Amino acid sequence: MTFINYASREINCKIVYYGPGLCGKTTNLQYIYDSTAPQAKGKLISLATETDRTLFFDFMPLELGTVRGFKTRFHLYTVPGQVYYDASRKLILKGVDGVVFVADSQDERMDANIESLYNLEENLQTQGYDLMQLPYVLQLNKRDLPNVTPTDELAQELLRKDEPVFEAVATDGTGVFDTLKAVAKQVLTELRKS
Amino acid sequence: MVLARLCVECASRVVFLVDRDGQTIAFHGDIGDMDTMSFSSLAAGNVAATSSMAKLIGEDVFPAVVHEGERESIFISVIGRSLLVVVFDERSTLGLVKLRTKKASFEVAAILDEAVKESTTFNASSSSVFAEITDEDIDSLFG
Repeated sequence: MTFINYASREINCKIVYYGPGLCGKTTNLQYIYDSTAPQAKGKLISLATETDRTLFFDFMPLELGTVRGFKTRFHLYTVPGQVYYDASRKLILKGVDGVVFVADSQDERMDANIESLYNLEENLQTQGYDLMQLPYVLQLNKRDLPNVTPTDELAQELLRKDEPVFEAVATDGTGVFDTLKAVAKQVLTELRKS
Repeated sequence: MVLARLCVECASRVVFLVDRDGQTIAFHGDIGDMDTMSFSSLAAGNVAATSSMAKLIGEDVFPAVVHEGERESIFISVIGRSLLVVVFDERSTLGLVKLRTKKASFEVAAILDEAVKESTTFNASSSSVFAEITDEDIDSLFG
């Protein structure tokens, strides 16, 4: 739920990056963090294992500017991708305003993508959300690797509605901001409707 | 006002009121160079995790969470959908913080209940502000 502070005239929205293990969720956040001016961002907090796998979540606040006199801030979260961290994933989805599903384009990760997307729908439901009603973007990551599934095949398996789809290479930033912009626009459009 | 009084009564460094989704509602005290947004997000994550742990051992919820450090400590009290978080040092004691926070939490709960009631009417009158957001407004955020 978008958190609006009328006293300080701030809009705070929560966006969660979801997807299978090692698909590049943290890399998306890291790129956004590295490419954003210091005054527009807070710290990038990573609750990770010693081998840098996300254990609980990554978090960074990102300030985009002002809309109708309200300072607009997006709180970006990632979830741990590994199947056995499901309890943590459920917790992070609380209060979500928009979701980015980061798919790993490699052939051998197709099953992991499908399983993770199913898990997203299930966990959203347990939190009282419906993916079909939520601002949502699909990112097809790792497009620079040699063994990738064609985008139309990936889209056929992973598309859930008429969500925007972006090809990405999060390591060099390709598609990262396009993805963020698309989900942020949907969140603000929802705010307008409400 | 309640946070300011609690801050003084507990001899604490800073007191936060945080939404359980990780958003800062209000704070009072000396934040120094503390990143308050990250702090709130982590406090909410912390309570979410310990609440889930509570359920795993058959408890409904842990109403309070304490972290004691060498110099600085944190006391978190769960009040419905919100968290009252007190950061204190050796000038105070856990017993005092618990006692004062318990008292203040009733006042905070009453204020939050009132705010929920008021927001129903307020939303109806203020929603027009956001209905006026144009596509150009949104695009301008992204340069």
